[in-house]
Amino acid sequence: MFAYIIRRLFYAIPILIGVNLITFALFFVVNSPDDMARMHLGDKRVTQEAIEKWKTDRGYEKPLLYNSDTDGLNKFTETIFFTKSVRLFVFDFGSADDGRDIGYDIKQRMWPSLAIALPVFLVGLLINITFALLLAFFRATYIDVWGVVLCVVLMSISAMFYIIGGQYLIGKLMNLVPISGFDLVGIETVKFLVLPVLIGVVMGIGSGTRWYRTIFLEEIGRDYVRTARAKGLSELRVLFKHVLRNALIPILTGVVVVIPLLFLGSLLTESFFGIPGLGSYTIDAIQAQDFAIVRAMVFLGSVLYIIGLLLTDISYTVADPRIRLS
Amino acid sequence: MVWLRAIRVRQAAEGDRRRRFGRALVLLMLPAVLAGCDGLWNNPYPDSEADANILYASFSERPKHLDPVQSYSSNEYQFIGQIYEPPLQYHYLKRPYELEPLTASKMPEVTYRDAEGETLPDDAPPAEIAHSVYEISIKPGIEYHPHPAFATDDAGEPRYRDLEREDLEGINVLGDFAHTGTRELTAGDYVYQLKRLAHPRVHSPIFGVMKEYIVGLEAYAETLQEAYREQAATQEEPFYFELEDYPLEGVQQIDRYTYRIKVKGKYPQLRYWLAMPFFAPMPHEAIEFYSQPGMKERNLSLDWYPVGTGAYYLTINDPNRKMVLERNPHFHEQYYPTEGEPGDREEGLLEDAGKQLPFIDRVVFSLEKENIPYWSKFLQGYYDSSGVISESFDQAVQFTSGGEARLTPEMREKGIELLTEAQASTIYIGFNMLDPLVGGDSRRARLLRRAISIAVDMEEYISIFLNGRGIAAQGPLPPGITGYKEGREGINPYVYEWRDGQAQRRSIDEAKALLAEAGYPNGIEKETGKPLLINFDITGGGPEDKARFDWLRKQLKKIDVQLIIRNTDYNRFQEKMRKGNAQLFMWGWNADYPDPENFMFLLHGPNSKAEHSGENAANYDNPEFNRLFDRMRNMQDSPKRAAIIEQMLAIARHDAPWIWGYHPKQFLLHHAWYKNVKPSLMAHNTLMYRRIDPELRQQHRQQWNQPVIWPVVLLAVILLLSLIPAIIAYRRRETASGRELN
Repeated sequence: MFAYIIRRLFYAIPILIGVNLITFALFFVVNSPDDMARMHLGDKRVTQEAIEKWKTDRGYEKPLLYNSDTDGLNKFTETIFFTKSVRLFVFDFGSADDGRDIGYDIKQRMWPSLAIALPVFLVGLLINITFALLLAFFRATYIDVWGVVLCVVLMSISAMFYIIGGQYLIGKLMNLVPISGFDLVGIETVKFLVLPVLIGVVMGIGSGTRWYRTIFLEEIGRDYVRTARAKGLSELRVLFKHVLRNALIPILTGVVVVIPLLFLGSLLTESFFGIPGLGSYTIDAIQAQDFAIVRAMVFLGSVLYIIGLLLTDISYTVADPRIRLS
Repeated sequence: MVWLRAIRVRQAAEGDRRRRFGRALVLLMLPAVLAGCDGLWNNPYPDSEADANILYASFSERPKHLDPVQSYSSNEYQFIGQIYEPPLQYHYLKRPYELEPLTASKMPEVTYRDAEGETLPDDAPPAEIAHSVYEISIKPGIEYHPHPAFATDDAGEPRYRDLEREDLEGINVLGDFAHTGTRELTAGDYVYQLKRLAHPRVHSPIFGVMKEYIVGLEAYAETLQEAYREQAATQEEPFYFELEDYPLEGVQQIDRYTYRIKVKGKYPQLRYWLAMPFFAPMPHEAIEFYSQPGMKERNLSLDWYPVGTGAYYLTINDPNRKMVLERNPHFHEQYYPTEGEPGDREEGLLEDAGKQLPFIDRVVFSLEKENIPYWSKFLQGYYDSSGVISESFDQAVQFTSGGEARLTPEMREKGIELLTEAQASTIYIGFNMLDPLVGGDSRRARLLRRAISIAVDMEEYISIFLNGRGIAAQGPLPPGITGYKEGREGINPYVYEWRDGQAQRRSIDEAKALLAEAGYPNGIEKETGKPLLINFDITGGGPEDKARFDWLRKQLKKIDVQLIIRNTDYNRFQEKMRKGNAQLFMWGWNADYPDPENFMFLLHGPNSKAEHSGENAANYDNPEFNRLFDRMRNMQDSPKRAAIIEQMLAIARHDAPWIWGYHPKQFLLHHAWYKNVKPSLMAHNTLMYRRIDPELRQQHRQQWNQPVIWPVVLLAVILLLSLIPAIIAYRRRETASGRELN
């Protein structure tokens, strides 16, 4: 397995270079360094002289991918792409266009994101699986039918409605929790987390339950389930012990890969609740045409996704001893 | 065996009790955590702040710069305006806006000199004035707020100088430095800041303007550039670049408390710049401090931790969450004004007259990106003031039959107050004067522009899209700026006529007649027989933008002209504007200072965007207008100047390079406990005048935010009840199949 992991890590290098190249190309197709400078310097009284100065200070005066003014390898290294990308591979994200250290910001912002995303993930997983098993147990009864209808209804409502409705109902009408805000003040942090976590969980119930229900229904028709029932095991034991365990492979496929991405947060939730997480960091950077942050966040997202896929593979071996990574 | 079963039963019962207790504890803990001490579960602030003298405000995007030489936007000025003190300020209450000394001991003395350096009288013709010298004296005894850059050791030497990266281990924010200090403000700090306008590593947006006026500034920038390059060649960055070594001809320190600024020609607008943060003092110790290795990596920079003498200083700067201003313990003596404009006393704005400033101890700005939660928290009493958002406009404001805005009964019941003020801004639709169809000085084009100007009903636009928060513009000058006139004499006669005691937009028939006169009867070009197509260049793509586009199409349809919306992304739109390729476009300008020059220059030919990269986005270039502008800008306010402004307005209205658009109106709501609130569009240091009544605020919060628990209990009961049929069905099914129940 160790050799497999090392091999997969080596495979990640060309993937990351490719992702970096695509990000670079997409960004600079839409924005030129001059546009970036103008965006940063503002609309009022911006001169070409100031734009050139801004570009020179931040290393955007170089050609994008190929520098014909130099010799040898410098033709490729004396470019914006090389100078801005190579440091990423040692996780040196550099500075944003406003001078802030990106690595520091990411470290600061990932914890609030995680504080929301992790409970949503864990509680959501528990509720969705339990609810799906319940529907599987009552399959083809009115409980199943109405359960699926409820799931479809929950899936049909937009995230904005959940958030605004939740804030209005629980924060404004019932005055139970702050409508928005975040502060790391020990146990009192909980009061800022209750509403976004609750809304996050409810938002995910529809799609999550239906997905797990499908998996469980597929498992429930297998021979080992019939055998278990024939042995006289209760349906609860059949579902929670045998069906759940055998359905783990498709569950893990969908679940483990998102675990590392929990650090990246959620744009909508964080915007509406004023959570200082990573959710809006990339979008804000795209709007501000801050390439330094965009490439850092895309790179980080790619790395975390690759880690997620690797963890998924490893989790298979834990869930099913017959699987060997080689 | 019976006793064994009994023990098991007892153990099971104990386990059950423990589990129940655990569950009960969890259920009890949550409300306890939520409740805190004051019983308000939804209070987003620590309970300890309940009765504190704190103002709660918000910001929606993180400021890019807090360095006064770079900062140029209102969201940054709300912070640095409280921290930095330029020599002059605007009177808090008086209108029209009036400048007065802030750190200056008196208003600057201006001396005019001819080319030989001889002093000229104050009324000398501008053409004879080669230089104006502004001599500014500052008050002695003013001190900076506590900052580690001023900290000294027992020997009086700077404590945090020549630091290495490893010395900063464990330091992440400015507050992590154990020692702070202060020092007296000197004239040298103002000189130092003006030199920073030309610093090779600083991008000051006003450098381009100031190099035209401050003597030697342009050459100074080149000198610094060269010197910096030489230092960078021998020294690894970051390093301290000593501006003190390079004198600037146009800015000189005379003594400890006096400095002079020498500008080319006559430039009366400099006094307004002297009230802006660009001209605030900067201690060289701060720059030296932040230039040390390791500071930038920890986000310890002037852009993040300003150093000033103002009423407040920034103690927490976490732009992802909150920013906190604390009262400056070294703040100099400053008093609430004893006079204002008529009506201020009746409004209670002079109740604190003569009292020492500031009143508020701390200002907490929380990040609030979305309008809806902000508005809800304002209504709960967790923000002290608010604008009026479109989504809740009808909930907050209603118009009387006379068109006057007033609060709804719901808002009045809460004790909320409404303030309105026209902003010193102009939003306009410009014609690109370089365009062969709508531009140029031909009669045909002028009549076409006038016809379109009549057709685009700005009153309707203000009503539909701004909820009435605007005033239809009659020219480039907004209310409050010299030259703006209300009533009959202030209207644009080409678009409006005076009927029934008010300005009435001219009829669509008149617009059609103008269009026909221009050679486009019924929107058809007479010569070619082709329909007239006008392109509107814009950026934006939201649902509200679509409604605006439809509305604009409809306006031109009224005169049978087809409007084509050319919607592009921001970069392409800017490029079109720079190259002069747009046809019709929407643009705006916020005043830097309350002088007509700051608006008229938007129509000054040598300031055109396409040719000179200036702010004249319409590329309007009328020689007579230009000539009058050159005369007007160098004049002090006087009847003669007013007459020239009137002439300029007449020319601009005649040529119609803009559809004059509107001047936005600011609607500000504040709670009853928030005192001395008077909107000021020019002053930035307004927080020191404001006062809070924390007790009243706490009373209202308690009244408005009592938790309502019964819906939660009801929901829990419903959920439990809904489980009963499922449990019954489960038991029935398991029993029927003969399997064990567990």
